[in-house]
Amino acid sequence: MTVSSDIPDTESWFHRNQQRIAPWLFLAPGILFFAVYVIAPVFQSFNLSLYEWDGLGEKTYVGMRNYEDLYWEYVDRDAFFTSLKNNVMWLFLYLLAIPAGLFIALFLNQTVRGIRLYKSLFFFPFVISQVVVGLVFTWFYDPNFGLLNTMLGWVGMGPINVLGNEHLVTYGIVAAGLWPQTAYCMILYLTGLNAVDPEQIEAGRLDGAKGWSMLWNIILPQLRPATFIAFVVTIIGALRSFDLISIMTQGGPFGSSRVLAYYMFEVALSEYGFRMGYGAAIAVVLFLIMLCFITYFLWSMYREEKGH
Amino acid sequence: MLSKMKTTAAAVAVASAFAVPASAELTGDLNIFLDTSNPAPRATMEAMIDRFKAEHPGLNVETTVIDREAYKTQIRNFLTANAPDVATWYAANRMRPYVEAGLFEDVSDLYAEPEIAEGLASTKGALTIDDKQWGVAYTYYQWGVYYRKDIFAELGLSEPTNWAEEKANCGKIVASGRACYTIGTKYLWTAGGWFDYLNMRTNGFDFHMDLAAGNVSWEDDRVKQTFMNWKELIDMGGFIADHQTYSWQEALPFMVNGEAASYLMGNFAVAPLREAGLTDDQLDFYQFPVINPEVALSEDAPTDTFHIPANAKNKEAAREFLRFATSPAEQTIINNGKNLGQLPVNAASSVDDDKFLQMGFEMLSNNSTGGVAQFWDRDAPAEMAKVSMEGFQEFMVKPDQMDKILAKLERARGRIYK
Repeated sequence: MTVSSDIPDTESWFHRNQQRIAPWLFLAPGILFFAVYVIAPVFQSFNLSLYEWDGLGEKTYVGMRNYEDLYWEYVDRDAFFTSLKNNVMWLFLYLLAIPAGLFIALFLNQTVRGIRLYKSLFFFPFVISQVVVGLVFTWFYDPNFGLLNTMLGWVGMGPINVLGNEHLVTYGIVAAGLWPQTAYCMILYLTGLNAVDPEQIEAGRLDGAKGWSMLWNIILPQLRPATFIAFVVTIIGALRSFDLISIMTQGGPFGSSRVLAYYMFEVALSEYGFRMGYGAAIAVVLFLIMLCFITYFLWSMYREEKGH
Repeated sequence: MLSKMKTTAAAVAVASAFAVPASAELTGDLNIFLDTSNPAPRATMEAMIDRFKAEHPGLNVETTVIDREAYKTQIRNFLTANAPDVATWYAANRMRPYVEAGLFEDVSDLYAEPEIAEGLASTKGALTIDDKQWGVAYTYYQWGVYYRKDIFAELGLSEPTNWAEEKANCGKIVASGRACYTIGTKYLWTAGGWFDYLNMRTNGFDFHMDLAAGNVSWEDDRVKQTFMNWKELIDMGGFIADHQTYSWQEALPFMVNGEAASYLMGNFAVAPLREAGLTDDQLDFYQFPVINPEVALSEDAPTDTFHIPANAKNKEAAREFLRFATSPAEQTIINNGKNLGQLPVNAASSVDDDKFLQMGFEMLSNNSTGGVAQFWDRDAPAEMAKVSMEGFQEFMVKPDQMDKILAKLERARGRIYK
């Protein structure tokens, strides 16, 4: 028995590697759930898209046939083409939320009496449920009693049925979607504006910058992180647009306001949908589109981190 | 009236005579899932279940009411994962996916019992797939044209019996600044009702069923004729504008306000029309008129049903519940004007005194010799129903696109029926 035995010469493995293990331990729950609920379903979906399955009976392996069908739907200008086209429209039009949000943020970034109240009012549409937004806009557009047609009537313009017209319907729904999305971008920019360095503004002012040149050369570069996040959430939001379409038109009239996410739901899970494999194939296409953007975002974030 | 009361009384006596011997033996839990989420049907069902409970005190009955639209998508999950003992659904092709997946219990044994064999003979066909029965009907209702009698009187019109009269009437209604028909096609199925009637009147019941079964091309001249007839009404401005934005309920005010003179609908439209203030002097009903005199008249009469899921735990009690719900006495009560306001399925029960129910019963019993259809989205496979009803909606908005729409439906037919 020596004194040295008090200090065990063989420290436990855990103690020796504590520094390296700890982060993984903390990450473990997150990784586990991400793997089970995100990564695994991605592969399951891809697998399912090779089958024909009504969700109840036996699955039949059909290879790439679901994708072939999608291709022919595209060629025939059928539902898949419409969905894809609408998704692209959503993608571009939804980006209007970013300049609109920036504008409102700049407008609200001042200290006057009750500014908190105004900020909350502008933020309000983002807080309420998409379902409510959809209903509000459905009534707004209603050809019979809607406010839009009443207002058009004041200036002597004929009634238009926005949600019943296959050319206008997607614009109508995107407009409804822009309302909460603008509020979201606004809040991102408001927090961004808090972090703008007053000394740089001062310096810019001494150099004679004001108005547009101040905004463009001094403010916006400092808002880059906020712009980046706004861009990410808006793109993702546009691609996963579903609730508003479901509430406002159910993809109608005659399927002209479908987007990929809604079309997937329609063929696989809705009242008349029994084509799980086909739905999965649409989901895979949507996933691949999203993957392009996500890869780009991750890559630019990585580049940013490395640069610092 | 007196004779009707006697029938009811006799039916109650008969029903209780049958029920009593079984009642003492039933124990355990009975889970019932219902899609009757509207207030009146919900109350009716709950009252019926209470009467069932009273007869079987040893049974612990749990009722779950699910929103009618949500039910249509949830049924897939609960039939496989967490099956109740009794579930509501619809007859014909609408139950086929679940029958083929083995999720509904074969209840042919119930139809072997004499009371049910005789009482439910009329709906047996709608519940038969592969020579077996997969559930029982508990209510059905007629479709037809509900119209504003006062507007017809004002314009000097009478109920049309053939296509020429129908069009002449419509011409006069349009000339008076109204639409002939209100309709809301946002949820598509209402257009399916119009297609059912126009096609059955133009080409007959058998052709209609062949089309639903995928045996006929959508580009067939006979189908085109149906659409041409439809187009005549559309082109003369017969339907309200912007119908693609409305649900069937949102289309009701047009009729109530007198902006449209009639509504091709199921009998369930009568209750909201009455609630909106139309009296029986203003509201009347006629059978959809003859188009092609060579085909026999046939009607839509959708049937709502009870099924026992294959994974049910208490099938014995579930069978007893099905017997109870279809018994003449219960059928008389739940379908009367104060409850569902529809038609009883049991031949031994009596039809309520309500004028629309009487007319509907009369029409379906005596004047529908061609056959009785369920409804387009129950007779055609789900996918075809969806695609075609979307086509009907598009046609009603853009009738000139007929050929393009039919070509699209024909492509869908090639894909869906294999």
